[in-house]
Amino acid sequence: MAHLKRSFGIGLWFMFLTLPLVVVRVNTLSQEVQWRWSNLLWVGVGAFAIAWFWQFSINRRAAGRASTVADKPSLAQRLADDPVLSRRVLLGAAAVAIVFPWLVSTGQNFYHVNVMVSALIFVVLGLGLNITVGLAGLLDLGYIAFFAVGAYTYALLSKNFDLGFWTCLPLGGLMGMLFGVILGFPILRLRGDYLAIVTLGFGAITKIVLENWDTLFGGAAGLANIPRPELFGLLLDGRQKSVYSYYIVLALVALTIFVTNRLKNSRIGHAWMALREDEIASVAMGVDMARTKLSAYALGAFWAGLVGVVFAAHNNFINPDSFTFMDSAMVLAMVVLGGMGSILGVIIAALALKLLPEYLRAFAEYRMLVFGAVMVLMMIFRPQGLISDTRRKYDYDGADGANGEGDHGGK
Amino acid sequence: MAENKRSKLLEVRGLTMDFGGLRAIDSVDLDIFAGEIVALIGPNGAGKTTFFNCVTGIYEPTAGDVLIHPPGGVSRRINGMKPNRITALGMARTFQNIRLFPAMTVLENVMIGRHCRTATTIIDAILRSRRAVREERETVDQSYRLLEKVGLADSADEFARNLAYGAQRRLEIARALATDPFLLLLDEPAAGMNPQETSELDELIVRIRAEEQLAILLIEHDMKLVMNISDRIYVMEYGKEIAQGTPREIKENKKVIEAYLGEEVHA
Ligand SMILES: Nc1ncnc2c1ncn2[C@@H]1O[C@H](COP(=O)(O)OP(=O)(O)OP(=O)(O)O)[C@@H](O)[C@H]1O
Ligand SMILES: [Mg+2]
Repeated sequence: MAHLKRSFGIGLWFMFLTLPLVVVRVNTLSQEVQWRWSNLLWVGVGAFAIAWFWQFSINRRAAGRASTVADKPSLAQRLADDPVLSRRVLLGAAAVAIVFPWLVSTGQNFYHVNVMVSALIFVVLGLGLNITVGLAGLLDLGYIAFFAVGAYTYALLSKNFDLGFWTCLPLGGLMGMLFGVILGFPILRLRGDYLAIVTLGFGAITKIVLENWDTLFGGAAGLANIPRPELFGLLLDGRQKSVYSYYIVLALVALTIFVTNRLKNSRIGHAWMALREDEIASVAMGVDMARTKLSAYALGAFWAGLVGVVFAAHNNFINPDSFTFMDSAMVLAMVVLGGMGSILGVIIAALALKLLPEYLRAFAEYRMLVFGAVMVLMMIFRPQGLISDTRRKYDYDGADGANGEGDHGGK
Repeated sequence: MAENKRSKLLEVRGLTMDFGGLRAIDSVDLDIFAGEIVALIGPNGAGKTTFFNCVTGIYEPTAGDVLIHPPGGVSRRINGMKPNRITALGMARTFQNIRLFPAMTVLENVMIGRHCRTATTIIDAILRSRRAVREERETVDQSYRLLEKVGLADSADEFARNLAYGAQRRLEIARALATDPFLLLLDEPAAGMNPQETSELDELIVRIRAEEQLAILLIEHDMKLVMNISDRIYVMEYGKEIAQGTPREIKENKKVIEAYLGEEVHA
């Protein structure tokens, strides 16, 4: 009952607050004021419902806390524990991904393929940042800068030195990595808020440099006529180019998944996680903090640089507007929503965050609103993200009990 | 005593640590010989944990020398060395306020201890090279054996955060042992344990010393445990070392009784 009363109060308060915004409208053409009272009602009802739901969920969470502590095996954990099942799911997903362009595109219409290319680019970004933030716990609010480094590397190298896409792809990754190390050094000792601010600053500086150094980076106008990826000198039409980009970035996604997965369950990945969990304890247990942090930064930046090259090639054109703080925040949201450290979760979140807005253009105006609401709700109901990170189980003893991939049956 | 014949492992001379105006440790001397269990006791705030932090590289001491003489290795002064270097040289510790890696499994917690004894690189890990596979195999086996030793083998795949308090303390010991130390430093390993768990811990520590052939320096407030298992005891108060000796000597020492023990040990 108290809840209802409070929610009612909140509803009224919001009606009052938003009155000038949603009710009064001055029609500048006919010079008259419109009063849209029905909007007020909607705001009131909406605020009331959200407030009530909010309190309800907080209570529920408090009540449920005791029971959720004992982690039940989630679907993801079951998948991870069952190599046969997970292999099947993986093969199924791969098959769908491979035939996708042929299902959704026709000779003239390849819009969906292009959308998917952008989404997959963000999947790679999400997985890359997942190394830095999700595994090693180093908050990075300027991650998109490394993406920019890769994109501009390709644009400049192809323009000035006539280097091809395939030569630039690894170079873009390496440049990203180099910048990761350069940024990594000064922030080794920082933690939490300070780290957030410095990385935020790095992202901002990168954008400002790109915008203002006209002679080299083309300023706000950016760089145009970036060559598309080449395929043995074949001439591709528009659709073929998109499909080709699609397969390139798909391969990159597969490579990222493969590498992250290998690293995650290795000596290196364990050290990253330990550092994330407790820095003092991990150095006291012999983990070299500087080296481990730098490797996490560099590797995260590597993927951004790599996929930046693909981005530049696919778009033909880049300018600083593609590398704003919003994009960094978007990638970070993918990692947090997906579940820190969880590969599957990050992929799902990245696809959802890129594809839903694209296909729900009708609601484009409310995009940020929905985005914010989803974030808040997630933090209440699933603070660990969509899919909580699963831990691999090892089997012990038995000199011949293989411990390799796909062969960890329980005992 | 026989200690004089034994080789010295740790030698601390005039160790001093200031925090701003506060002198938390005031020229403390301490020696540890091979195979010993040495206790460091004293009232709250005496500077015991700070002493550990100085010796293990978490803090850089203001003055004094910390020298180590690893068995079969070269002697070194380790003041101001990074903690991970010191651990690699053979000193491992546990924490008074438990510091496990909560979102990692129990086994993985111990595996971290092997980090400084293995060399798998990023490239190795990506390609799953021979070395990566072999080292992982060895790490898992050794870690598992250590879990068996501290009685946690059944919980190997649990998250560390789900363990009971006493079990978490034992896991910290296993994790420290995984680094192959010649000297193990335990900061209040019995804190928060019930009498049953404490007596198990008592056995565990003695067993570890025998099986792993290492020396142990322990901070502990549980006098029964301390008097039971220590070969020698150092007593600190307000950063100063006020006494050292065998348990018997310490029990009789007037200064120590006044500062710390009170009368209950006599009763
Ligand atoms: N990082 C620090 N900065 C400032 N003062 C500190 C710091 N660490 C410890 N101290 C101070 O040094 C003194 C010794 O603390 P320490 O933690 O070493 O005591 P202790 O003997 O371990 O006590 P307890 O038995 O309660 O664990 C205390 O007065 C404490 O407040
Ligand atoms: Mg202490």
